[in-house]
Amino acid sequence: MKKDTNGFHRFRGTAGYIASGPLVDAVNCAVALERPLLIKGEPGTGKTLLATHVADGLGMPMLSWHIKSTSKAADGLYVYDTVQRLNDSRFGGGDVADIRHYIKLGPLGLAFAAPERHVLLIDEIDKADLEFPNDLLRELDEMRFTVVETAEEVIARQRPVVMITSNNEKELPDAFLRRCIFHFIEFPDAALMRKIVAVHHPNLDAALLDQVLIKFYWLREQSELRKKPSTSELIDWISALLRAGITRDKLESHIPFIGALLKKEQDADALQRYDTKGGSYPTRWSDLGPRYNQ
Amino acid sequence: MFLDLFYGLRDEGVPVALQEWMTFIEALREGLHGSSLLRFYHLARACLVKSETYYDSFDRVFARVFHGVEGQFDVTDEVLEWLRNAKDFPNLTPEQLAQLERLSADELMQRFLETLAKQTERHDGGDRWVGTGGRSPYGHGGQHPTGIRVGGSGGGRSAMKVAGERRFRDYRTDVALDARQMRVALRRLRQLTRTGLASELDLDETIDETCRNAGEIELVFRPPRRNAVRLLLLMDVGGTMDPYFEPMSQLLTALHEERGLRDFEPYYFHNCIYDHVYRRAHLTRADAVPTGDLLRRFDERWKLAIVGDAAMHPSELLEPHGGINPHNTSPTPGVAWLHRLAGHFDRAVWINPDDQPLWDQTYTARTIRRLFPMFHLSVDGLGAAVQALVGARV
Repeated sequence: MKKDTNGFHRFRGTAGYIASGPLVDAVNCAVALERPLLIKGEPGTGKTLLATHVADGLGMPMLSWHIKSTSKAADGLYVYDTVQRLNDSRFGGGDVADIRHYIKLGPLGLAFAAPERHVLLIDEIDKADLEFPNDLLRELDEMRFTVVETAEEVIARQRPVVMITSNNEKELPDAFLRRCIFHFIEFPDAALMRKIVAVHHPNLDAALLDQVLIKFYWLREQSELRKKPSTSELIDWISALLRAGITRDKLESHIPFIGALLKKEQDADALQRYDTKGGSYPTRWSDLGPRYNQ
Repeated sequence: MFLDLFYGLRDEGVPVALQEWMTFIEALREGLHGSSLLRFYHLARACLVKSETYYDSFDRVFARVFHGVEGQFDVTDEVLEWLRNAKDFPNLTPEQLAQLERLSADELMQRFLETLAKQTERHDGGDRWVGTGGRSPYGHGGQHPTGIRVGGSGGGRSAMKVAGERRFRDYRTDVALDARQMRVALRRLRQLTRTGLASELDLDETIDETCRNAGEIELVFRPPRRNAVRLLLLMDVGGTMDPYFEPMSQLLTALHEERGLRDFEPYYFHNCIYDHVYRRAHLTRADAVPTGDLLRRFDERWKLAIVGDAAMHPSELLEPHGGINPHNTSPTPGVAWLHRLAGHFDRAVWINPDDQPLWDQTYTARTIRRLFPMFHLSVDGLGAAVQALVGARV
């Protein structure tokens, strides 16, 4: 398979997904070097969404494999549906003699068998057993596997672009990590966040947005919070504020609709206590400290 | 080439293998870094570093190795920007616009690099060459309406600046734990609560039931094994341990609430373990529990974790009635109790918030180390402690 380096500057982010420079580079690097791309980041930083937009940006169809704790590596290749076959043999339906009817290709298998190049998303790989990524190593390297029941070999016609996301729940095995290109999606800074918000709420008043971001980043700085608010929660919160017609002035002194931002009861309670104790909220970027000079 | 970077990273503890280095060299050969030190930085990081916990070490090594190497121009990013926005320039004539539109972004880039390659000396003025002045679209300070600046203060971020910022310092796992890293530590502790595989097909039962069913298939599944970890926690409270109390108890309560160890019992003491331990951190008499009770109620399968700085006056450890609190003395020396605990439980660990070099400096810490394997209260240390508690025996 010839290496495809002509398309190296192809992925630039799409209209619906603002990608940082290093992320774009990492994607293009993985595509050019034909290695899987491993993405880690806080929940809510758009790891899963990235794959959809990479597929859009590169003009390729996408296959998804959402890993559960019960997932087995072999299931991604193919599944031999024994129960269906037994059932058919008992009740007479389908061609029981031909085992091929009961071999269903999994997402990885489908990606290999497809005539055109796909983007394959393996989502939340760290949910599975510790050995799961190692079980896939050979298939990811050689892009082929054998269906044991039919002794057929499935060889990839086009090497799929493999994108793997991880929530950092477990350490991934070294042998697996060595084969991947790695990118860690940092939480967006205020400048990037403005662009992200602009995609979802294009005509937002700049002064309101400023206050919204100040409150948001202030919340994220509070170490007592069990679960810090993420990007998607910020977007939802802004939707709520807009629907309720909250203006910039109202936002200066308190934080309405806190349930959109803080999802844990203890966190909401902690903020409530802060309120009743008469705590004040920041209104300027300088209130948040030197890291946020805007 | 660039081997300083490779060895520098390994010296700093970043596990870079030869395979990853070869991937990186291959990427360089393909020209994926453009001609920008910043992109070289990002490329190196994406190929060589596989965990954000090493990003900070990478930054330090990179800044050290490439100090003073800042290219004459950070071209690629700006050119791409320009190429994207060229059509917005109002001063282009329709013919020029048409010309631009005929070339794709890649071709423009190609042309630009070719022009750069052909130029053998600095050129000022003229229509075609890269340089300062002149009317070429690629000039610095040129008069072409779509001119981009090459060199000078480009305004793009420099690789050295990015590496120098050390944005990833908080992600390191070898420094002492603070509130922010608690969540990461929690994940390591989750290994304590890892449940077994999901439902298994119980073949014998299945065959039995199928036969009972006159040949109709009846599948029987075995329920999964329950998590079997029982954790007994003894925490030193008061005085030097104060800053660690809140995060440590949050950590373990969160662990218990979220995943449920099979059993979890916390008790508290001050400085050393004597005749009594306490159910609550206030160490009041009403909450006192005889330590002997712990040995009776919890059998050797329980995992013991003691959190404390192991730093006290030697008499507190070795003497009878050694406890500092005069109302709380016990005839048995603290060290005897520690011996009993270490002897009773199959697996026990001591977790110390002090930095490792300090452990050798106090007599009591050295003594306690001989009884219990001691680990640092950091993400890495907690990972190792968990291994010692539930991992395979070494």
